[in-house]
Amino acid sequence: MNRRLSIFLLLAAGLALPACKKVASNEIAIGEFASLTGATATFGQGSHRGTQMAIDEINAAGGLLGKKVRLVTEDDQSKQGEAATVVRKLISRDKVVAVLGEVASGRSLEAAPICQKAMIPMISPASTNPRVTEVGDYVFRICFIDPFQGTVLSKFALSRGWKKAAILTDVKQDYSVGLTQFFKEHFTKNGGTIVIEQSYSTDDTDFNAQLTTIKAAEPDVIVASGYYTESGLIAKLARQLGLNAPLLGGDGWDSPSLVKVAGAAMEGSFFSNHFSTEDKAPIIQDFIKRYRAKHNEDPDAMVALGYDSAMILADAIKRAGTTEPAKLRDAIAATKDFPGVTGKITLDEKRNANKPAVMLTIKDGKFRYVETIAP
Amino acid sequence: MDDWGRFLQQVVNGLSQGSIYALIALGYTMVYGVLRFINFAHGDVFMVGAFAGLYLHRWFTPVLGIIPGYGGALIILTGAMAMCAALGIVIEWLAYRPLRGAPRLIVLITAIGVSLFLEYAAQLIFGPNRQPFPDLIETKMIGGLGGVLVKNTQVIVLAVTVVLLVALRFIVMKTKLGMAMRALSFNPTAAALMGVNTNVVISFTFGLGSALAAAGGIFSSMLYPQVQPFMGVTVGLKAFVAAVLGGIGNIPGAALGGLLIGVIETMVVAYSSEFGFSSGYRDAVAFVILILILLFKPSGLLGRTEREKV
Repeated sequence: MNRRLSIFLLLAAGLALPACKKVASNEIAIGEFASLTGATATFGQGSHRGTQMAIDEINAAGGLLGKKVRLVTEDDQSKQGEAATVVRKLISRDKVVAVLGEVASGRSLEAAPICQKAMIPMISPASTNPRVTEVGDYVFRICFIDPFQGTVLSKFALSRGWKKAAILTDVKQDYSVGLTQFFKEHFTKNGGTIVIEQSYSTDDTDFNAQLTTIKAAEPDVIVASGYYTESGLIAKLARQLGLNAPLLGGDGWDSPSLVKVAGAAMEGSFFSNHFSTEDKAPIIQDFIKRYRAKHNEDPDAMVALGYDSAMILADAIKRAGTTEPAKLRDAIAATKDFPGVTGKITLDEKRNANKPAVMLTIKDGKFRYVETIAP
Repeated sequence: MDDWGRFLQQVVNGLSQGSIYALIALGYTMVYGVLRFINFAHGDVFMVGAFAGLYLHRWFTPVLGIIPGYGGALIILTGAMAMCAALGIVIEWLAYRPLRGAPRLIVLITAIGVSLFLEYAAQLIFGPNRQPFPDLIETKMIGGLGGVLVKNTQVIVLAVTVVLLVALRFIVMKTKLGMAMRALSFNPTAAALMGVNTNVVISFTFGLGSALAAAGGIFSSMLYPQVQPFMGVTVGLKAFVAAVLGGIGNIPGAALGGLLIGVIETMVVAYSSEFGFSSGYRDAVAFVILILILLFKPSGLLGRTEREKV
């Protein structure tokens, strides 16, 4: 028995050894944390595919600084709390030179102070809450921020003549709370009224109570500022109740899952996003073609942003000529007119990207381009 | 619709959500009755019930098409209940039976382990993304008394829940197995000495509770057509609160507690804006109730009627 145990232990040790291998000197380790599973899984899966595609292309073109790039991906299971753990692991065990992630603002906000303290540059592909990059000078993002997105949604609503808005906020998500706040500020200042405000928590399923109350307020438009995970269900239950006002959401709606759950209920609703597959620009169409060849589906905005975040990091490493943190940080901060698939990216002094937003509508189960709204 | 009509509509919203809590709470309370421990994996049996419904619908769509009326929905409901009853019995047999007589804390921690196992196994098998649940019954708004508009599915859920509660009452009060369950909850040793086969009764209790949880899962997916591997977590916790509110171990108490929590939550959301607080406090309410109950009446609302404890 004892001998069997020792053999087992030896085998286990043998298996465990390769797992803790040191960073080889001929490669650059880049960390990525994403929600590959859990509630907002399509976000993480999308951004991860984009990031991976970028890294593969970089390696195919000969790597960076003469070294191969290795992407170390960790899954935070869409969980608050888990993000901090995996980012600590990436920095202390995998010795990554930079961290890419997350989509959800709440989880980026958790990782940002850790990266800042360890002085490891972090680039968030898609967290739009303004507080994320306010954490410190090592934290960047390559997407627009919610004060802008809230304004875009408000402008769009007003331009359609919708004066009475109902708001449904996910109080558990920094993203949703922020977006609601910025929408409200612009909307009420410019002649709109909020007829009713309701909220829910991530993972709720029963929206009948909120929607019954909203229906009584007779809004022209319902702003659902949360993620796709609940917004699809909200649309479905609203239509069942005979509440037919269009829904309006932010980039958190961008997921194939949205229409799958809502079905016809989402038709005629609108949301703002970072990019549209219907954009005819050659750089975008070429990107879509390469992605389709690999995954046999159209990329969503999270894929495109994940791709851009890795490309911007690669560009900065090239320009810095080193992966030394302070120099890398300065190189990222100096990013100017980078031709990304989500538009020309220039990082401002607050480490945010200034980019236009596109408004999309849901028609025949597909996301259709409506208009572009510039900052 | 006037204010009164809207109030009634919210009551129906609350009662239909409450029936789901009630159905799950019954499983907590019955298992507590016979084994004196909280089966924290119970909320996840609810989730498995919903997925069972989803897959039964997928597999049997061609057959279901030719069944008139609500027959298809009924077949899926009973199918999912049977599958979850089997699951409940297997869980008890694999995870809890070897621990019979072990300190209760160990069983409790095992229950948490089973819960995590079910959640992550479901995530592995069904994928992490939310999936739409098919319309077993086409949802329509129907008029009721005083011009109230409610969904037909809400009425059906309420009605079937009542039928299930009556059936449960019959099983517990009028059948031999029910009598054995009650005997076991009074005094396990004495019941065993009187010739009650403890293991069979415990298996039966788990099966019964899990079948009710599956019914809750199907109803929940009918009302809110979306399923995902973690859907049982919050609902399970609230149902547990409902069981404590009604008096843990007390069957009518669990049903009452479930309905109460459902209605209170809905009212918090419905009238939050009029009283100037956020409807996000909805989740807090269930737990505030739990704290108050534990402080002032730890035995729960109906907890004193020891006679009906199962």
